[in-house]
Amino acid sequence: MSAEPTAPELEGFEQTLAHDQRIEPRDWMPDGYRRTLVRQIAQHAHSEIIGMQPEGTWLTTAPSLRRKAILMAKVQDEAGHGIYLYSAAETLGVDRSDLTEQLITLRQKYSSIFNYPTLSYADVGTIGWLVDGAAICNQVPLCRSSYGPYARAMIRICKEESFHQRQGFELLMTMMNGTDEQRAMVQESVDRWWWPSLMMFGPPDDASPNSARSMAWRIKRHTNDELRQRFVDMTVPQAEALGVTLPDPDLRWNAERGGYDFGEPDWDELDRVIRGEGPCNEERVTRRADAHREGGWVRAAAAAYAGKQATSA
Amino acid sequence: MAPTPPRDEHDEYDAYAGLVEAGEETRWAFGSGFDDPLAGVDVSVPPGADGPALAAYCLMLGDDALVLAQRLAQWCTRAPELEEEVALANIGLDLVGQTRLLYARAAAADPSVVPTLPPGSPAPPEDRLAFFRGPEEYRCVWLVEQPNGDFAATVVRLVVFAAWRLTLLGRLRTSRDPVLAAVSAKGVKEVRYHRDYAARWLLTLAGGTVESRRRTEAALESLWPCVEELGRTDDVSERLVADGVAADPAAAFEDTSAFLHRLLEEGGLRVPTGSPEPAPGTPGGRLGVHSPWLGSLLEEMQGIARAHPAGRW
Repeated sequence: MSAEPTAPELEGFEQTLAHDQRIEPRDWMPDGYRRTLVRQIAQHAHSEIIGMQPEGTWLTTAPSLRRKAILMAKVQDEAGHGIYLYSAAETLGVDRSDLTEQLITLRQKYSSIFNYPTLSYADVGTIGWLVDGAAICNQVPLCRSSYGPYARAMIRICKEESFHQRQGFELLMTMMNGTDEQRAMVQESVDRWWWPSLMMFGPPDDASPNSARSMAWRIKRHTNDELRQRFVDMTVPQAEALGVTLPDPDLRWNAERGGYDFGEPDWDELDRVIRGEGPCNEERVTRRADAHREGGWVRAAAAAYAGKQATSA
Repeated sequence: MAPTPPRDEHDEYDAYAGLVEAGEETRWAFGSGFDDPLAGVDVSVPPGADGPALAAYCLMLGDDALVLAQRLAQWCTRAPELEEEVALANIGLDLVGQTRLLYARAAAADPSVVPTLPPGSPAPPEDRLAFFRGPEEYRCVWLVEQPNGDFAATVVRLVVFAAWRLTLLGRLRTSRDPVLAAVSAKGVKEVRYHRDYAARWLLTLAGGTVESRRRTEAALESLWPCVEELGRTDDVSERLVADGVAADPAAAFEDTSAFLHRLLEEGGLRVPTGSPEPAPGTPGGRLGVHSPWLGSLLEEMQGIARAHPAGRW
């Protein structure tokens, strides 16, 4: 679409990156950079929206009014994050309705973690602690991403995510101080979510084809394995504070390298879930597609009404 | 125990790393000791006012809010557009907040309204009232119990409810009970937004497409029978109106009807006729007689809390 870049354009772009400054929507950028960003930001936006489902299902059953309020606030924050991220993507020349279409026709992806089911109320806490925790580890470096609108959206999102993560941890801590049954619920939930949470950092570095280029463009700042290690190192003391066991017999402190050794996630499982064969892939996309389709008449009404108001004004 | 992992320079966004540090409580927006929404407020019943009647009245207003909040929560991930996800969840969240204050007020005015649980249960009064009363003990009106239906039905119900509640809370700002007055003053600001949001959508749908208009008319026809109940009075309200504590239901209803008639006229919509529900002569929600919908709504809402009467959430 765009012509061959002129030397000054390319040099300007490279200089901006080299000085760790931000690329803004009107700046020249290589097509590949734009495409990579659209793919990543859209995938991130879709993850926020699909991510409302596993927790949203507990809104109507939350066992205390305080938890109901916390969860309603959290789920609407996620819708808000989706809105900012779609807006950030729109600065690159795409639009939200096209991206939604790509999601529901399976041409764009969202985080595979949301293809796992939530089976007990403890999962609301575990998602906050581990899933939001892993998301924060992934996302904090994106606050320094080279693309300005994305970096700025991420600052606000990370602040809210941190808040969600605390609330999740606090729910688990409260349940651990409750009955034996509740403690068992928490442990069972952590057992199910631990390995999928580690997979949220993506495949190991030697199997992650796009990482190097994203790092060169400063869209991404750390490798998958670096972030995964950081997550494990932070989580182990938190699990100890909670009094839960992380389900990995190989997990132990390695004084030599100053980090925890841990077992290998089941990468075949990650591949299967990414391919669409996870426990809830179909349910998640179908729900999103149904909501979009069923809301079509409302969006059409809003457009028609706005059109009439504009003509009569 | 391993040493704390090092932090990088951008950890100001990263609450994750600080999760298990000391001095937690003050940093939580919802600290785990936050059991009493009226903590620090003088909850003595004003001289000459009837404590049990005040409690019963607060339960009526609280039950209306909670049951509608539950219906709004059922929209989660099903709304026609992301902005509506955010709006409906926020309205539900406001209503849960109103419920908590009203239940706390009820429990303080007459502790005997709070269900008794096995000794040692940590459930606070607000949760005992929400999760451990059966349908016959609830005092909400039929309007809030009805299923969501489509977006038009949700908008019609919301505009009717919010217009009515605004006229009630507006009057209650001068209640002789200072707690109810303060709770109402806060609620007025919220409910005015709810009413305006729903009224804008009502006009949009009425003036949008042929389909949106047809759906709006159908929603009005189906919900209008529940409007008459909003103007009924009952023994509790009558006694408290005489004491200057409650709002006069008939006068509030007159203002509500005037607003709704103006709104329908602006949208070019006919005011429906049709026989009221609950039928005249039958007692209605304020006396604990409900439509069949309330039972299943409460069953879903209360299941987990009831399965763990000694649980901590």
